[in-house]
Amino acid sequence: MTEITEVPSPFCGIGTDDLAIQVDGISIKVTANGCAINTPAFEQAISDFSPRVDGKEVSLEEAVCKAVEILKAANQPVIGGCATDVNGMRALMALADRNGAVVDNMNFTAAKRNFLALQDSGWMTTTLAEIKNRCDLFVVIACDLEVFAPRFYERYLWNKESMFLDDTSAREIIYIGKAPSGKASTSPDNRQAQVLECANADLPEVLAVLRALIKGNLVNAEQVAGIAITDLQNIADKLKAASYGVVSWAAGDLDFSQAELSVQTICELVKDVNASGVRCSGFPLGGKEGDQTANQVCGWQTGYPARMRFSSDIPEYDPFLYDINQMFDNGEVDAFVWVHAFNASAVPPSGGKIPTIVVARSGMTFEEEPAVFIPLGTPGIDHVGHAYRLDNVVAIRLKKLRDSGLPSTAEVLTAIEQGLVN
Amino acid sequence: MLTKLTGGIVYDPANNVNGKKKDIYIQDGRIVSKPRNVEPDKEYNISGKIVMAGAIDLHTHIGGGKGNIARMLMPENHRIDPVAHTDIKRAGTGHAMPSTFTTGYRYAEMGYTAAFEPAVLPVNARQAHMEMGDVPMLDKGGYVMLGSDDFFLRMMTANKDQQAINDYVAWTIRAAQGVGIKVVNPGGISAFKFNQRQLDLDEKNSHYNVTPRAILKSLATAIKELGISHPLHVHGSNLGVPGNIQTTLDSIVGVEGLPMHLTHVQFHSYGTEGDFKFSSGGAELAEAINKNQNISVDVGQIMFGQTVTASGDNQRQYANHGFSSPNKWVCMDIECDAGCGLVPFKYRDKNFVNALQWAIGLEIFLLVKDPWRIFLTTDHPNGAPFTSYPHLIRLLMDKSFRNDMLATIHPEAQKMTTLGSIDREYSMQEIAVLTRAGAAKITGLVNRGALGKGDYADITVYTENENREKMFEKPDYVFKDGELVVKDGEVVNVVWGTTHVVRPEYDKSIEKDLKKYFDRFMTMKLGNFTISDDEMTEDGRGSITVHPTVGEKV
Repeated sequence: MTEITEVPSPFCGIGTDDLAIQVDGISIKVTANGCAINTPAFEQAISDFSPRVDGKEVSLEEAVCKAVEILKAANQPVIGGCATDVNGMRALMALADRNGAVVDNMNFTAAKRNFLALQDSGWMTTTLAEIKNRCDLFVVIACDLEVFAPRFYERYLWNKESMFLDDTSAREIIYIGKAPSGKASTSPDNRQAQVLECANADLPEVLAVLRALIKGNLVNAEQVAGIAITDLQNIADKLKAASYGVVSWAAGDLDFSQAELSVQTICELVKDVNASGVRCSGFPLGGKEGDQTANQVCGWQTGYPARMRFSSDIPEYDPFLYDINQMFDNGEVDAFVWVHAFNASAVPPSGGKIPTIVVARSGMTFEEEPAVFIPLGTPGIDHVGHAYRLDNVVAIRLKKLRDSGLPSTAEVLTAIEQGLVN
Repeated sequence: MLTKLTGGIVYDPANNVNGKKKDIYIQDGRIVSKPRNVEPDKEYNISGKIVMAGAIDLHTHIGGGKGNIARMLMPENHRIDPVAHTDIKRAGTGHAMPSTFTTGYRYAEMGYTAAFEPAVLPVNARQAHMEMGDVPMLDKGGYVMLGSDDFFLRMMTANKDQQAINDYVAWTIRAAQGVGIKVVNPGGISAFKFNQRQLDLDEKNSHYNVTPRAILKSLATAIKELGISHPLHVHGSNLGVPGNIQTTLDSIVGVEGLPMHLTHVQFHSYGTEGDFKFSSGGAELAEAINKNQNISVDVGQIMFGQTVTASGDNQRQYANHGFSSPNKWVCMDIECDAGCGLVPFKYRDKNFVNALQWAIGLEIFLLVKDPWRIFLTTDHPNGAPFTSYPHLIRLLMDKSFRNDMLATIHPEAQKMTTLGSIDREYSMQEIAVLTRAGAAKITGLVNRGALGKGDYADITVYTENENREKMFEKPDYVFKDGELVVKDGEVVNVVWGTTHVVRPEYDKSIEKDLKKYFDRFMTMKLGNFTISDDEMTEDGRGSITVHPTVGEKV
């Protein structure tokens, strides 16, 4: 039995790298600094070692051959999921380029809300260490942060020491939209977060009014969606008085039509606060299980985020057209590859009768057995690798914790890609 | 395998060969003397063609987080320049901020064999190396950014001795796998986080009480004392501000004779004269460079057209965001380490300021006398994409072409520049110094940028053409480490270059302070911060080449 410390996690997105883990053969136990997301993700037992073709156990070579056969025959293959480490994503892109496939990260429909805002008007953002050391006012919009990232408050807001704040427990926390489900946002000296609750459907209006108030525009109404204008004015005043305010949102939770416009309003109000003469930053919450990694690698290899295609031999990006769920509905797909190295419960969407190749974490179970299933090792458990944190700057170095013999995403996808050459 | 290049006209300033007809022999990736009694396995008849070492770009933003944000920011800019895959090449996109594969192919297709990313944030160094790991054809390296990071500024405030600063600098360059150290708007990126919207050379960071002048001095001293070949790479204070020529001249004085490389110096050479209160400081700057042997520069020439400015200097990028075209921009504070800012820009020849910026860059090129201390850059993509280099070379080598172009820019800008009265035309040998021998020397590369015995066989062969733009945009052959990789301006063989690094010695006890600092204030463990050699090589393509420090035996 061995004990490994300072273990980084690719699962939670906030880059926790202080886990202590006990390894006994191929079984893993998180012994310190686990959380509701990381502990089960690390501890999940391996249940498949063998690839399957049509439900029958086969060798890796046979499974790869079958995958190659399916992809060679395809006119419009798609690769979904795209949840893996940097080298896995590199191999995925090479395969897609060779095969003329669509690449669609599984959480792109959420990420799209941010990309559309970014690509239309840009933003001002910050990263975790700046929050930890500088942030004196933290605003959360429409996200239950402690469910999203259980250790966020402990690590980045209620940390005891910071370089630029005398007393971190004096930080002010404000929720707009969804109320927090627990008490993680309550300060160590027992001050509760201020909550201005509203429904998601009302957020566009509430955010627009908040922005107007920050800009000093006259608002005649007395309330918006049940929130008093005086309360919103108070938040506007606080943002303009803070030394380093941070406004966070989770695109994944903004699940309503044209939510990109609300993201844009958030980004623009942050710019407005800076224009008023004080500093303020946005902080998008997202990027678990390889979402940022997918977008980063796809970005540097093609110039576009991870909803694009190689069907015409060139990279083409369209955040609407290459949504694989929509492509399934339109009958535009004739081969489907699902890649998910992190989460055995992240099963592929049903492709109906379309031949499906699943390259995913060992232990995935299916309502309908895919044509090919290749169980993968997990980056950061079964092999070394790199994964991006949610703040998009820091790529963490993932460790290998055990010898399971399971292949990496890169090994499997490279083998399939090479099979297409011959 | 022995390869012979027969009958070329060789320009190899590192070995004082200036346009001499000379055969070149290549074996095992290196240039060798003419072997006795051995017939070459492969011979290229390049009789009368121009031969130079592979070109080296010592300042080009090709890898790292801000470049990737720039890519994501501008899908419309990629759509105009899609690049299809071939049997050997990957698909990609070009224009202002090309994708990594396309970057490598296009550089090689212009005869380049090495490129250096000048703004590697230590905390983002992994990304920079991973992106450069996907840039084929070229050798790579990075200058690691210091000077606005809180660990360094805390040391400055605490008056730590120079030895401790040196240890930290050496530790950082090792942890981030760099080949040099860069400082961007010294202390200014940090100052912006404390809401200081500008920072002059002698203005104090409001929290740390430290001036940019003191930061320059401290880091330049560290570089010298550690024996790092590349001088401190300085993106100065007040980028883009009219009147900043004075800041630049004061910085030259401030560094007190220590080696210093002023980068994209065109953006730092502006006066405040004339009706528009914007004038050229090109002549003054050139005079200061001519006088001060410790100073080298690269120009950061602008070219007219669409690009995106990508910089670690978020304080100045924020100040300039109003100029963004199209109107979208990004600023980011990063990890108590640095920052970045992306502002798309469209330089227009009929805009007075842009037109004069163009002329100022050319004035600097033509008025600086020593070609070993000035380098050909557009600060890709900030002044223009790197693909504009052949056009720039023509502007330098062809006075009548230059004057024809000058006649087309904003008329008031024509009146405010001495460019039309400058007769100098760069010689072939001088271009070889700027883009090869000089660049290799200033970055401390051993056996690169030269065509002598023992040098790596990075070689470019051009057909002489009066039109220098046509000549330099399409070499006949490019060899990388002895392998033919480009023929008639097209990649024919995809190869992967090495990553150049330096590893000065340091006192390991600095890691005790760093560990404490990381545990208290940072968001990752010190042990997870350092980039291991495995990470650079485990993809099976990457490699590391360690260059000696000054005085160290090779």
